[in-house]
Amino acid sequence: MGLNNPAMPIDTAIATKLDKAIGWARESSLWPMIFGTACCAIEFMSVAASKYDISRFGAEVVRFSPRQADLLIIAGTITYKQGPILKQIYDQMSEPKWVISMGACACSGGFYDNYSTMQGIDEIIPVDLYVGGCPPRPEALLDALLTLQADVKTNKYDPNRHKDFKGLLDNV
Amino acid sequence: MSNYITIQREELYPFIQDKFSQGFNYLLDITAIDYSEYVKTQDEEFAVVYIIRHEDFKQTIVIKSYLSILEVQTVTDIFSGADWLEREVYDQYGIIFKDHKNLRRVLNHHGFKGHPLRRSYPITKGQLSLCVDDLQDEMNNRLLGKSVVCKLEDGSFSDCSKDLMFLNLGPSHPASHGTIRTYLALDGETIEAAVTEIGYLHRGFEKSCENHTYNQIIPYTDRLNYCSAISNNIAFAKTVEDMLGVTLPPRGQAIRVLLLELSRIEDHLVCLAAILVDMGAMTNYWYMYNPRESIYELLSKLTGARLTNSYMRIGGMTNDLHDDFESDLNNALLKVKEGVEETLSLIKHNRIFHDRTQNIGIISPEDAINASLTGPNLRASGVAYDMRKDNPYYGYENYEFDVVVGSVGDVYDRIMVRFEEIQQSSKIIDQVMRTMPDGEINIKDASIVLPKKEAVYTTIEGVMNQFKLTYEGVKVPVNEYYGSIEATNGELGFFIVSDGSGTPYKVKVKAPSFTAIAAYADMIEGLQLADSVLTLGSLNIIAGEMDR
Repeated sequence: MGLNNPAMPIDTAIATKLDKAIGWARESSLWPMIFGTACCAIEFMSVAASKYDISRFGAEVVRFSPRQADLLIIAGTITYKQGPILKQIYDQMSEPKWVISMGACACSGGFYDNYSTMQGIDEIIPVDLYVGGCPPRPEALLDALLTLQADVKTNKYDPNRHKDFKGLLDNV
Repeated sequence: MSNYITIQREELYPFIQDKFSQGFNYLLDITAIDYSEYVKTQDEEFAVVYIIRHEDFKQTIVIKSYLSILEVQTVTDIFSGADWLEREVYDQYGIIFKDHKNLRRVLNHHGFKGHPLRRSYPITKGQLSLCVDDLQDEMNNRLLGKSVVCKLEDGSFSDCSKDLMFLNLGPSHPASHGTIRTYLALDGETIEAAVTEIGYLHRGFEKSCENHTYNQIIPYTDRLNYCSAISNNIAFAKTVEDMLGVTLPPRGQAIRVLLLELSRIEDHLVCLAAILVDMGAMTNYWYMYNPRESIYELLSKLTGARLTNSYMRIGGMTNDLHDDFESDLNNALLKVKEGVEETLSLIKHNRIFHDRTQNIGIISPEDAINASLTGPNLRASGVAYDMRKDNPYYGYENYEFDVVVGSVGDVYDRIMVRFEEIQQSSKIIDQVMRTMPDGEINIKDASIVLPKKEAVYTTIEGVMNQFKLTYEGVKVPVNEYYGSIEATNGELGFFIVSDGSGTPYKVKVKAPSFTAIAAYADMIEGLQLADSVLTLGSLNIIAGEMDR
């Protein structure tokens, strides 16, 4: 926006839509909460380390408390045993919130088609973006982040988009 | 070599006790076999298997006992490490261990019905967990042992005599390295009692093995210890090759040694990076983690994947080393060397580092052996056990390197043993590169290794061979076999039962992290809360391998 342009006269007023201003502010201040359970969490470590460096995109303030985060990244396999924990974490996050499902296991159970593995986290919580791969390369996760940011900026996400979502652990 | 013995159910306990007094004091694994669909008719449907090693670390015995009734006497009074192993057998097979003090599920959730590794349990039958186990019962029993609570006449527990605070550390916690839950009773900052719950990443590896061919299992093994995928590939492939009675050509063996040691470096880097972050030493994370990126680059070129490489096959590997492998390797090793030097210069004489790690989370050599610890964790306690020296394979006896041991068995020793092992592994890699033989990488046997692509495209024999091997899998003779190697976290073993087909009848992983986490609660009781985090980090718990 060039707000720090020294050529700009002082006491400038800018007129814009409130939604636009909020979208612009949210875009580069996503605070991710990493629910890292398995191999994908190791790839997330790469995303956070210097080579891929997620902080270039303003999303490096990794919180491990869901109450302080607005982007939930599920990195790894979710088993039935983990189900209630994931649900609780999701519920504890305040609105607005977004969910990225990272890797084949979180998206669909991956190649663990068996008695203990949940066949995709969207059985219990709503997901906004799916990232394929086992594990996905760091670039893939960064691409998901950039896609999300672009949509957050333009307020593409309807706050009521998951109103009718009903997961396996809802109202049981 | 292992010695296989079958004995009567009633004689099992006295026999193990007798063997223990003869020096077989290192319990490797306990598992069971469900023979109901086995190719050979057995007298009984179930058998229980104990794998025990002698204190000279050379002889191993595999004791099997057929069960007329599904109950055996517990061996927890002989081996403390048997506690969780027996719980797992109970959980997966429903075999009761008489007099076990805490026989409850360990991998599956507390609401689970049935026993998934029985042949009669359908593989895809999932069961939803609705709530988390509160563990209060287990905690009360733990406190009972410390006389903080007592048992009332109606069987319930009294209030605590101390003013304790109960706290959940995990399952989702930055310091829990995956999803591990530790339930703590705190007296101020001091841990009065601790209970650990695992199984959050139990993704049914062993059951999945029962409906995949041997080569299809290789990608699953990647995801056991995902910090060093290739070492798991090798452990599995080697066990199956031993069952087939084949040995790799010299070049294949040398490449495996090379990649095993590179995996060890890779794994230790993550472990050390993570524990230093836990301590607040954030800078070291970048120093230790960035060299991993150069290793990833090398592995991507070699195998096509960064993390989950699936490079090994039964009877060899997918392809030979690429052209500029050596320069890539030298570059990666240089980065590792720099990273280790930078980190050591920050922590080696650092008072905070010493105060946080020395004399914290100590485990004595006797306790470590009795609890079945293995690998760097065992060596940090001063036990010089390394399979590369004691039971060498792939020509390890020809390479010059030291077994690194600690003296106290605390967090400091476990960290420093890993730092030194990185140096030793680099030394081995140098020697392998200098003596790398030419020749084939795979064994020459059309019934095991896939034919070359040219043959598949141009000859009918090649097509048939490819089809049969892919569709039916490598046929392994009827056998029960335990094979293991010194993987990054310690002895990683596979106990495989084959029924002669291309799919294993049963696979059991002897996972180093499983026994380490079982010993964890005892190690942290009496410590400060913050010390428990470092103790967990120093054990290098990898959830994929622990929960399988």
